Amino acid sequence: MIKGRIHSFQSLGTLDGPGVRFVAFFQGCNLRCKCCHNPDTWDMTEGNEYSASEVIEKALRFREYFGNKGGMTLSGGEPLMQSDFACEIFRLAKENNINTCLDTSGSILNDSVKKLLKLTDIVLLDYKYTSDEQYIENVGCERQKVDAFLSYLNEQKIPTVIRQVIIPTLNDNAENIKRLIELKRTNSCIEKIELLPFRKICESKYGNMGIPFPFAHIDTPSKEKMEELNGMIKEP
Amino acid sequence: MEHNNWKGFKSGTWQDEINVRDFIQQNYKEYKGDAAFLSGATSRTTALMDKVNSLFALERKKGGVLDVDTETVSSLTSYAPGYIDKENELIFGMQTDAPLKRGVNPFGGIRMARQACAAYGYRLSDTVEDEFRFRTTHNDGVFRAYTEEMRLARKSHVITGLPDAYGRGRIIGDYRRVALYGIDHLISEKKKDKAALAEKAFTADNVRLSEELFQQITFLGFLKEMAAMYGFDISEPAANAKEAIQWTYFAYLAAIKEQNGAAMSLGRVSTFLDIYIERDIENGLLTEEGAQELMDDFVMKLRIARHLRTPEYNELFGGDPMWITEAVGGMGEDGRTLVTKNSFRMLNTLYTLGESSEPNLTVLWSASLPENFKKFCAKVSADTDSIQYENDDIMRPHHGDDYAIACCVSAMSVGKQMQFFGARCNLAKLLLIAINGGFDTTSGIHIGPQMPILDGDKLDFNTVMERYNIYIEWLAKLYVNTMNVIHYMHDKYAYEKTQMALHDTEVERLMAFGVAGFSVVADSLSAIKYANVKPVKDELGYITEFKTEGNFPKYGNDDDRVDFIARDLAHKVITELRKTPTYRNAIHTLSVLTITSNVMYGKHTGATPDGRAAGTPFAPGANPMHNREENGALASLNSVAKISYEDCRDGISNTFSITPDALGKTEDERTNNLVSILDGYFAKKAHHINVNVLNRETLIKAYENPEDYPNLTIRVSGYAVNFNKLSREQQREVISRTFHEAL
Repeated sequence: MIKGRIHSFQSLGTLDGPGVRFVAFFQGCNLRCKCCHNPDTWDMTEGNEYSASEVIEKALRFREYFGNKGGMTLSGGEPLMQSDFACEIFRLAKENNINTCLDTSGSILNDSVKKLLKLTDIVLLDYKYTSDEQYIENVGCERQKVDAFLSYLNEQKIPTVIRQVIIPTLNDNAENIKRLIELKRTNSCIEKIELLPFRKICESKYGNMGIPFPFAHIDTPSKEKMEELNGMIKEP
Repeated sequence: MEHNNWKGFKSGTWQDEINVRDFIQQNYKEYKGDAAFLSGATSRTTALMDKVNSLFALERKKGGVLDVDTETVSSLTSYAPGYIDKENELIFGMQTDAPLKRGVNPFGGIRMARQACAAYGYRLSDTVEDEFRFRTTHNDGVFRAYTEEMRLARKSHVITGLPDAYGRGRIIGDYRRVALYGIDHLISEKKKDKAALAEKAFTADNVRLSEELFQQITFLGFLKEMAAMYGFDISEPAANAKEAIQWTYFAYLAAIKEQNGAAMSLGRVSTFLDIYIERDIENGLLTEEGAQELMDDFVMKLRIARHLRTPEYNELFGGDPMWITEAVGGMGEDGRTLVTKNSFRMLNTLYTLGESSEPNLTVLWSASLPENFKKFCAKVSADTDSIQYENDDIMRPHHGDDYAIACCVSAMSVGKQMQFFGARCNLAKLLLIAINGGFDTTSGIHIGPQMPILDGDKLDFNTVMERYNIYIEWLAKLYVNTMNVIHYMHDKYAYEKTQMALHDTEVERLMAFGVAGFSVVADSLSAIKYANVKPVKDELGYITEFKTEGNFPKYGNDDDRVDFIARDLAHKVITELRKTPTYRNAIHTLSVLTITSNVMYGKHTGATPDGRAAGTPFAPGANPMHNREENGALASLNSVAKISYEDCRDGISNTFSITPDALGKTEDERTNNLVSILDGYFAKKAHHINVNVLNRETLIKAYENPEDYPNLTIRVSGYAVNFNKLSREQQREVISRTFHEAL
């Protein structure tokens, strides 16, 4: 049985995918986003090892709560770093009629990932910026990779939610939102765009790890700002 | 039998015998639609509620008690009629001659009445003192019969909160009977029962019953007289919705004038009343607005009900509760839902009159409830934190489909079952007594079997369990015997005449035992089993502290290793209780419910092996200890759901607080997710949940600036309280509870 490394589980997830969801946070990430709120999931050697069936057994303990919308979500970290493991989890989930949701940066696309996506009901795609420069500067990865991932989702018609953290001075502007709307127009797999306010409650995690939080100097967006930007993406 | 006031109702056996359930089944109309039909408050309602709110403010200003009538002993006809604003009221009746003025009720114990008056700056009048000088109260009787060991159990707080000095409560009269049949018919049926009894052998049981029937009949007469004082003749069945509500309320009012029981629940009246409302609406006699207005006025009356309590009582039952519990919803045995439009109207009072702790609105949840009703409940919960949920699918098989909830979580068939309430024993203290071989280090009392103090550097699980079981067996027997004394004396000296008159003459009795410190013991035993627990002795050689090293599974994380310890503990306790016979052959039941006494119980309990410091509060009811949950809200719910309802037929209370953010991003999402959580939890055969959707910061602000949050209502343990009415200590404990938050 294939095994993988998990940072933690959350039995009540209501923010990562539709309905009530069991969330497994994978350990290990290929990116080092400056806005990352889970730096403790970066290191591939940390966390605990679980087999795919152990993860499913945990999820099954909560299936009564899933209703007709909920299910399980793999988040992280970056689940695509352990795509074979993720694939086995989703295979077992499907066997048990559990709805599957993948929360990813979309920065890896290979055969194993493609196999995983075949078993994925919904993708939450963390589309971090709409500018190439910002991707390179603040994520350390080319935006083209994410676009290629999105194109594949579109081709495979996998329902997708685009998520973006709104970070003042970087992407809290109308131009950016317009580009997201354009992205949705040209990719029919995108069901909706979700804007999440940049938050700084992760600062203590950085403190504990003894590393600086790169965005410590940036403020959180105001409620008004979020409402304004959300207003733009609301369907007419 | 036929009656003019029953015109339009479908016939059934309810006409030939006292059978409210059959009347409901034949006549109610299930409602599966949404809440859009509801009306808001009328200007009359709002104006009257404003008056009530200003009386509440005045009551708060005066330290929690507005006024006390120290001259009169509370009973059905002892006060002149009272009003809020006679011209503008629709439903009439007050406990005393003025709203929020409390009466004294010394039948439970004169000392308690005296102390309660003194606590608020009043003096019990000489008239009342004289009247009770040569009269035996319930409290007198109990203490005459108590054994030395019973006194020690009480003094050491290993069994506490027993109703040996106050009214036992937890009895629900079938108040609907007065509306459906009228008083005269109820009296004639009771007279028939008494005549039939005369044919039987007059054993002690039958002599007692014969006297009780005499009292029941007398008090039905007083109830009629009481209504007459307000200008109503309730001899005959109610003729319309307004009368049905009024008759039902009079019956309830009589009960709370006669008795000051700890919990005086209303029962299950909403769907019953809907039948009258529907008939009036069909006949063009009532509009939706008018129907809501009647329910609003009824609920307003319930909100001003009060009893005079002592500060010690408030320690057990914080926030001045009455537990006017009304069970709403549920399913019928034939598969139809018992949800009617009036179930919605009852919940709607939390909007028309504002959020409130009373009445204690309790939704009987079933997987089969109409989706629209589920969503409305979830929305009301998120908006008001004022309702609780109990699993209809596991209670209905035991109690049928016409049961109600007494107090917080105690199910009983209305008019057919009653309960002997028995507070709770402290399982955490008992564990410490067992380890110390029969010595309670907190009170300094030797109690129970005397044995050597456990020896060694590390507590051994099997040795501790063997020892603990000996003490559980000892306590179970003592507990049942103590309860037998209390309820023998309560029946003898403070019998509930009005309420029992509204029961069948042959009732089934339940004897409700309880446990406190449940999660503390589960975690302590888990620590002993899975970690290293080193006992630390004081200078006298008693174990007063523990050094616990290493990790151990903690209850509240869906970990079977410890959850099964908890489950088996409840099973052991009820199994032992059942071995000792009960007074009047009552059925032994068990609850895991603490009300707010978890603070007081903790105060009287030394340090425990789970790492809890001496004197600190327990978690309430069956809740995991605060902030020991590491796998999120549902894992916590799963742990509690493993406690078997078959073992704990008196209820398993869980209080759940979640922040709005953790429940979802939009109101719609939050509502739907809460429905999913409730469906899932109850599908796991869990019994009860209080739902609070709020942020800890709100409570902290209310703690610091109470005047800014006069009506802040939260669910604590089987009931809701106005946060400001809790003691500072109880408030701090509530703030320290786990709030399930978004990551």
